[in-house]
Amino acid sequence: MDTMNVITLFLFNIVLCNIPLLYGTVGEILTEKAGSLNLGVEGTMAVGAIFGYLAGCAANSLGVGLLVSFLAAGLCGLLFALLTVTFQANQNVTGLTITTFGLGLYFFVGKGMGENWPAMTGASSLVKGFATLEIPGLFSIPVLGKVIFGQNALVYLGILVAAAVWWYLNCTKTGLRLRAVGENPGAADSVGVNIVLYKYIHLVAGSGIMGLGGFYMALYMSGSFEGSNCWINGYGWIAIALVIFANWNPLLSILGTLVFGFFNTLKIYAGALAMAFPGALGWLNNVPSQLYKALPFLITAIVLVASSVRAREGSGQPAALGLNYFREER
Amino acid sequence: MEKQQYAIEMRGITKTFGSVIANKNVELNLRQGEILALLGENGSGKTTLMNMLSGIYKPDSGTVLVNGAPAAIHSPEDSKKLGIGMVHQHFKLVDVFSAADNIWLGDEKSGPVLHKDRYRIIGEMARKFGFEIDPKKKVYNMAVSEKQTLEIIKVLYYGARIIILDEPTAVLTVQETQKLFDVLRRMKAEGHAIIIITHKLNEVLEISDRVTILRKGEYVGTVDTSATNEQELTEYMVGRKVDLNIARPQVETTRPLLEIRDLTIQNDEGAAAIDRVSFYIRGGEILGVAGIAGCGQKELCEAIAGLRPIQSGQMIHKGDNIVGLSPKAILEKGISMSFIPEDRLGMGLAPSLSITDNMLLKNYREAPGLFVDRKAGRAAAEQVIRDLEVVTPSTETPVRRLSGGNVQKVLLGREIKAGPNVIITAYPVRGLDINSSYAIYDILNRQKQDGVGILFVGEDLDVMMALCDKIMVLCHGKVMGVVHAHKTSKEELGLMMTGALDLSSKYEDKPAGIARDSRFREGKEEEG
Repeated sequence: MDTMNVITLFLFNIVLCNIPLLYGTVGEILTEKAGSLNLGVEGTMAVGAIFGYLAGCAANSLGVGLLVSFLAAGLCGLLFALLTVTFQANQNVTGLTITTFGLGLYFFVGKGMGENWPAMTGASSLVKGFATLEIPGLFSIPVLGKVIFGQNALVYLGILVAAAVWWYLNCTKTGLRLRAVGENPGAADSVGVNIVLYKYIHLVAGSGIMGLGGFYMALYMSGSFEGSNCWINGYGWIAIALVIFANWNPLLSILGTLVFGFFNTLKIYAGALAMAFPGALGWLNNVPSQLYKALPFLITAIVLVASSVRAREGSGQPAALGLNYFREER
Repeated sequence: MEKQQYAIEMRGITKTFGSVIANKNVELNLRQGEILALLGENGSGKTTLMNMLSGIYKPDSGTVLVNGAPAAIHSPEDSKKLGIGMVHQHFKLVDVFSAADNIWLGDEKSGPVLHKDRYRIIGEMARKFGFEIDPKKKVYNMAVSEKQTLEIIKVLYYGARIIILDEPTAVLTVQETQKLFDVLRRMKAEGHAIIIITHKLNEVLEISDRVTILRKGEYVGTVDTSATNEQELTEYMVGRKVDLNIARPQVETTRPLLEIRDLTIQNDEGAAAIDRVSFYIRGGEILGVAGIAGCGQKELCEAIAGLRPIQSGQMIHKGDNIVGLSPKAILEKGISMSFIPEDRLGMGLAPSLSITDNMLLKNYREAPGLFVDRKAGRAAAEQVIRDLEVVTPSTETPVRRLSGGNVQKVLLGREIKAGPNVIITAYPVRGLDINSSYAIYDILNRQKQDGVGILFVGEDLDVMMALCDKIMVLCHGKVMGVVHAHKTSKEELGLMMTGALDLSSKYEDKPAGIARDSRFREGKEEEG
């Protein structure tokens, strides 16, 4: 393997393996901009993953898989909205409950399928839908061509969703009202914004986007279900931290995904990189593999500490994040 | 269409919160094109009544007519559609948004995509109403009066014909209040009907056409402003005759308790907030501190309480140096501070804790062992409630549920409970009605008679001239002089506050702020 190839493959995989983080982060940003802190990303992604995969296989269609994963995860969002908006339950506890519930449902359904578990190879359109989609012309740029323009359709969709959510938040009146709901629901309410409706819609939509990330993960893992490990494997938790890293900006979350993806992918490619550049990167081999595994989470912790000292004025954190709104509260 | 006589008629309005009756069978009529003052003490249900017009609350019973037609107001949106706009006491603005975006939020006419021209549209609108604002300025960069202007532009932009203002002058300076009143008169001339909530009698008499008075949630009556006076309104409001004179008992003063010499303090931006200031407080006297807002009053209070480092100078308490001591050590020496900030809840109390818990905050260390002594805390709470006539359902009610006056009584009550010998209090009657204000003056006077030295940072010059023994005037962190309250005049104080008159070196032999019988030890004084 020549050295150029190693680098290209490494960069290619940074994108390929970590796009679910982007979906999770963008979904959580939409949720948090509505003033709700949903800690159930991990569970929501798991629900979106398993139902999206099963439906996608049954219908042998990428579109059906995407739709069902969005709807199934959206139902988790609906449950979260029902509990926290209508019944005013504590958001932190409810979010953790959604994670526990979602992971439980994932294993329950997965194990329940038993022998009937569909293999991804049986769904040819699904395999084709997830295959590399080379953008003509741009693909032939050296290194970057393959890394950026030689990915599958769901990678492009993820970038598109992030850009669309950014535009929605910053350039539309509904987006302006949504941010007002997250900043100061009392102010939004007093000028006639329907707080309950805005929260419900965006909590469901946010969870739905997380579900798309779960579906991506299912396809990336080729749909091989294990009874001990969930496909999502902690991505949901990192997504919550990435929201802070990205300063609640969907476009910055693309960058955040790549930064985290770098460390995430390093654990797989450390050996190959050390071999390709024995002089410069040989030391990568001496790093214990446990450290590589811990690295993304370590970085998460460092980012959380670093961003907690950020000044309030430049921060994109909604002021009323995590607080339930009740109009007659005195 | 025939023009109705009344813009708003409220009949038999009752509203309860749990077991608390906020409004009971209240009547209110607002004529077209008039300014109606809604007068009442803190907690008399003025804001609750108005919130039923703005759609925040729904009445339990009673009817509301808008322009003669029965109206069901279920939400702020309904209220907006009926042409009612309310400027809330705690502004309903999104801090991180620009002025224009705060208005655009509720705009129904424009398309779904935001365009840059919204800044121009809002700016032009504001000019049409006679206001000058920067549409791109973020709310967190605005002064209080700017935020209020923005709120008024907002309700006008939404086409409100009936405008309600909840205690609009509570946060304004005298000059800003006059400007606001000019705006209200202009709006009235343009045919708007206005309700203004206040408990400042001189403002009621100045601005309103009629006055509706509430007392303890009940309707007392409505009178024409031209046919009434301060004394009569007070009686309606309080329910009995109130002596509007503030007492100034003469007390034998002691040697200086607290002496400040050449004190210099920086503000948060690093500029000098207090610049080489000297003064002293004797036991048994109240020293007033007058000055335009932001002249270093806050920094001075914080420095004495040990919450802010000082740059240079000395602070001597009963002959002991207190510079560099921790807030706890200063507290133990008997110096207590209560500062009422503009938002009134920001400092000193934990809003969501009960009165008992707030009492415990200050003295939990006194209880031996691992556990807090709730019994003692509750007893202390009960005593403060009894002594200062705090209106509260129980000792376990979270402080934020109390009305403003009662919150301030709790704060002051707790500080006094610790038995201090020096009390630093800033704006203790900020936003309070007559009855509560006089209760607070009474508390301070009683402390003074017990030999406590009091530093009173105030706003209302009339009150300070009646209550304080001496008044120190600050201008941009410098002392303009210390005058005897009964010998000075409002004009003299006003000149000193603006820096036009400097009396700090009036007497050659005795510089202002340095006591003849100082407790400074000779050697130390030489150093300073």
